[in-house]
Amino acid sequence: MTAHRSTRRWVGLATAAALTATLAACAPGAQQGSGDATGATAEEIAAALQEESSITVWGWAPQLEPIVEAFEEKYPQIDVKLENVGTGNDHYTKLQNAIKAGTGAPDVAQVEYYALPQFALSDAFVDLTDFGAGELEDDYTASTWGSVAIGGGIYALPQDSGPMAMFYRADVFERHGIEVPTTWDEYIAAAEKIHAADPNAYITNDIGDAGFTTSMIWQAGGQPYRVDGENVTIDFADEGSTKWADTWNRLVQNDLVAPVPSWSDEWFQALGDGSIATLVIGAWMPANLESGAPDGAGEWRVAPMPSYDGSPAAAENGGGGDAVLQQSENKLVAYGFLEFLNGPEGAAIHAANGGFPSTLADLESDEFLGYESEYFGGQQINEVLVQAAKDVVPGWQYLPFQTYANSIFGDTVGQAYASKGDLNEGLAAWQEASTDYGNEQGFTVEND
Amino acid sequence: MTETRAMTQPAKLAGRRPAALRSTERRSSTAPRRSILLTIVMGLLALYALLPLFWLVVNSTKTQQALLSSFGLWFSGDFALWDNIVQTLTYDDGAFVRWFGNTVLYVVLGAGGATLLATLAGYGLAKFDFPGRRAVFAVVLGAVAVPGTALAVPTFLMFSQMGLTNTPWAIILPSLISPFGLYLIWVYAIDAVPTELLEAARIDGAGEFRTFFTISAKLLAPGFVTVLLFTIVATWNNYFLPLIMLSDSTWYPLTVGLNAWNAQAFTAGGEAIFNLVITGSLLTIIPIIVAFLVLQRYWQSGLAAGSVKQ
Amino acid sequence: MTATSAPPVPATVRRDRPNWTGWAFVAPFMAVFALVLVAPVIYAIYLSLFREQLIGGTSFVGLANYAEALADPKFWDAFGRVLLFLVVQVPIMLGIALVAALAIDSGRLRLAAFFRISVFLPYAVPAVVATLMWGFMYGTRFGLVGNINDFLGLDLPAPLSANWVLASIGNIVTWEFVGYNMLIFYAALRVIPTDLYEAAALDGAGAFRIVRHIKIPAIRGAIVIAAIFSVIGSFQLFNEPNILKPLAPNAISTYYTPNMYAYNLSFAGQQFDYSAAVAIIMGLITVVIAYAVQLSGARKERTR
Repeated sequence: MTAHRSTRRWVGLATAAALTATLAACAPGAQQGSGDATGATAEEIAAALQEESSITVWGWAPQLEPIVEAFEEKYPQIDVKLENVGTGNDHYTKLQNAIKAGTGAPDVAQVEYYALPQFALSDAFVDLTDFGAGELEDDYTASTWGSVAIGGGIYALPQDSGPMAMFYRADVFERHGIEVPTTWDEYIAAAEKIHAADPNAYITNDIGDAGFTTSMIWQAGGQPYRVDGENVTIDFADEGSTKWADTWNRLVQNDLVAPVPSWSDEWFQALGDGSIATLVIGAWMPANLESGAPDGAGEWRVAPMPSYDGSPAAAENGGGGDAVLQQSENKLVAYGFLEFLNGPEGAAIHAANGGFPSTLADLESDEFLGYESEYFGGQQINEVLVQAAKDVVPGWQYLPFQTYANSIFGDTVGQAYASKGDLNEGLAAWQEASTDYGNEQGFTVEND
Repeated sequence: MTETRAMTQPAKLAGRRPAALRSTERRSSTAPRRSILLTIVMGLLALYALLPLFWLVVNSTKTQQALLSSFGLWFSGDFALWDNIVQTLTYDDGAFVRWFGNTVLYVVLGAGGATLLATLAGYGLAKFDFPGRRAVFAVVLGAVAVPGTALAVPTFLMFSQMGLTNTPWAIILPSLISPFGLYLIWVYAIDAVPTELLEAARIDGAGEFRTFFTISAKLLAPGFVTVLLFTIVATWNNYFLPLIMLSDSTWYPLTVGLNAWNAQAFTAGGEAIFNLVITGSLLTIIPIIVAFLVLQRYWQSGLAAGSVKQ
Repeated sequence: MTATSAPPVPATVRRDRPNWTGWAFVAPFMAVFALVLVAPVIYAIYLSLFREQLIGGTSFVGLANYAEALADPKFWDAFGRVLLFLVVQVPIMLGIALVAALAIDSGRLRLAAFFRISVFLPYAVPAVVATLMWGFMYGTRFGLVGNINDFLGLDLPAPLSANWVLASIGNIVTWEFVGYNMLIFYAALRVIPTDLYEAAALDGAGAFRIVRHIKIPAIRGAIVIAAIFSVIGSFQLFNEPNILKPLAPNAISTYYTPNMYAYNLSFAGQQFDYSAAVAIIMGLITVVIAYAVQLSGARKERTR
């Protein structure tokens, strides 16, 4: 690169100029947003909702659309731009990118409970306490409120919840003369019976799923994650974790669970034809069963999930809420929208559109409890599901880097699943990798 | 190139310059021997290529219910293809049609621009010696070798600062670069455009760009068309970049839109619309087939190259 | 036929004084290229010198990220896997593509136009759809493999099990890109000056001799290009394993390929800096190997 300057230099200069401009503009950690969320009174929020303005909402829940419509009808001055930027991880990736870029984030974003601590911690979301959210605690179930109250702040309002229950095929149970199991021992016995009678049939499917495993440990009373600010403890050798792993080992090691990934083509087929006989999963599942496994209509029922000693115990599986972003320049309206979306009006529309609510008023309404599902053969499924919400074991916490931890589940616990080894060892590997990551990221992570 | 074309072209050219006929044409005048074995081998390859696509066609004729309860490689239940197509086009206020329009926009500007830039540059590299020519090769190869997914975040942050995210430019600008197209044209141009021809044009006093557009462009047609086809497909199926760059679904291309539909089944209370995803996918491929059929006739232009060069 | 790199200089261009005309053709490409590829690469290099933590902010660490990557067993595990993939899959794919292109170009084929488009079509299928299709094909219980097993009483290995998943990915990649490479070769065959054939045919050369001594040497440039880009493609293997991962989460790790590793570091782990370092190292290795492929192509050229 020596001779003959003129043209090359011109090109070089232009490139260099463009580079410097952009590089300077995006030095790492250019995290902006008005960190000085001062909060507001109810009156100020109400006033803001009467003035013409617009907010952007990112979310993928199908119930958002009708709720936004109702909101705009009630507050015609407000224009809500609802954008579905992806489901789950795609959504978080975009959110994370926009936060890092310091621009382009929405005013309001949907966020699942397990992912919330990460965003709350990085100061990307507004602490809603400043807007009076603290007073809303009694409107929501204890488990969902516990999920949004993080480190003394409130970083989202709960939308849906996923108390776990056992969905099962009544026809399969009947064919094999199986009583609905109430303990995990009975569940395993049922698994053996079903698989022995038909080698293509299984009690359930499981190839390892971080959300499922954490929920199951939650139900077993385990508290592998304990978070106190920047001090984190990860301990998968605690009693609850071990109890789950020992029990589940018996299913996995004896080939009693179908090695079919959830949400796959095969899975939906199996749910439709009964070769998967139960699903222990969040209470939001009925709507997905109806549309994903139409062939199973009339055959599915729901019962409380089995427990270790026969007394009721449940956990949350999935579900999430909505948060206001620090980047928002219209926080009053954003919060006003949140109160509508996650309050009584939004919750009613949410429930009417197949969502499972987190608001006590909806959960306890006679209409909701008395709903007879045709798909479930006329069963009043919400009776069971609402009871599950009440039976959720308290005290669970997610890691402030749970999205990362979940992403490496397959590398660690998944290996134990694949080799039919000891799940305890898989959990230990998961613990080690999560601990390393946490320490690298500046947390103080310990293992008891 | 279609078979009929192969039959008609030689006649036209035969009188002019028989020796320059290309293999296909020569063969059609000398009664080619068809090889059954070769046809069978190619038949197996075609079967391999088409079997999954057959799955797509079969399943786009099924209702959502039949989709999950019937054998994948054969028709079953009601023939719901038309119904599925109508639903696909109208679902969600006609989102599919809007995404389709966006995709066409990205393809026309992105793939068209990419092919043009690559052709100009490849030609320039092949036919001119200029300072920095070696560096171009090194820089392009070097930048292409760095995995693109790892560059997504830096690119996003840069574009975000430039105010390009969430606009069509965030998709079109990166689509304008086809390093592969550049190399392909480079290789083609060396042989396809005879340097003597350029010398002659220069002696006639024609400017370089004029020469390029009036003479060289025609000779480059097979390469150009190949690159165009590749960039069309690449832009048409562009997924990762729009996913990162766009948040406003009004600018989504089909791929991102279809993926959003697909993901819908996995969310609480979401309606499973696999039948629409599959039918939408089938509809998505059709324009590519059309583009292929339209473009393939230009592979014949290689004739010109052969005939000039002797 | 001169090959791809800068060295071959058209014989007729005068060298007495530098000629800048070429830049006029190359400049538009390079300008956009600088913006959308070079700038992000430079920015990534810049990023790779820092370390940003969720707690504690950003600090300059010099080359520490590179040192860590070079000592990272996950990175080398991923690298070894794509190297194996490269050595096995690329020759198979290019071989099939070359045979197909020669067959279609030979004129000895019925329905040549049909074969051309059918082999090309898989390339036109979007990744989302390809997953759906192959996910079904690979299903051992309710999928096609399962049906074949039931029907023929076989016990085919599960395509998505840990031992077979790399081969299954290789199959998908081959399926997708055979047509792509075939077209490159085909288009190159189209510009071979026909007088070469004429002369050879007059000398009584058979079809195979023409293929070996005229056609393949004549499209060597295209073959080298296709090989270089297949090398790059293999080292950047990402889409196929990434979209299959939900179906085989245990067999396909987050560091299955270097590119997946970089992706997951960046997107799941927020480790942009370390991810950038991994990407840059991988880029350097790729350049070296791609350049070696290019050189070996050029050398054969000269010795001929």
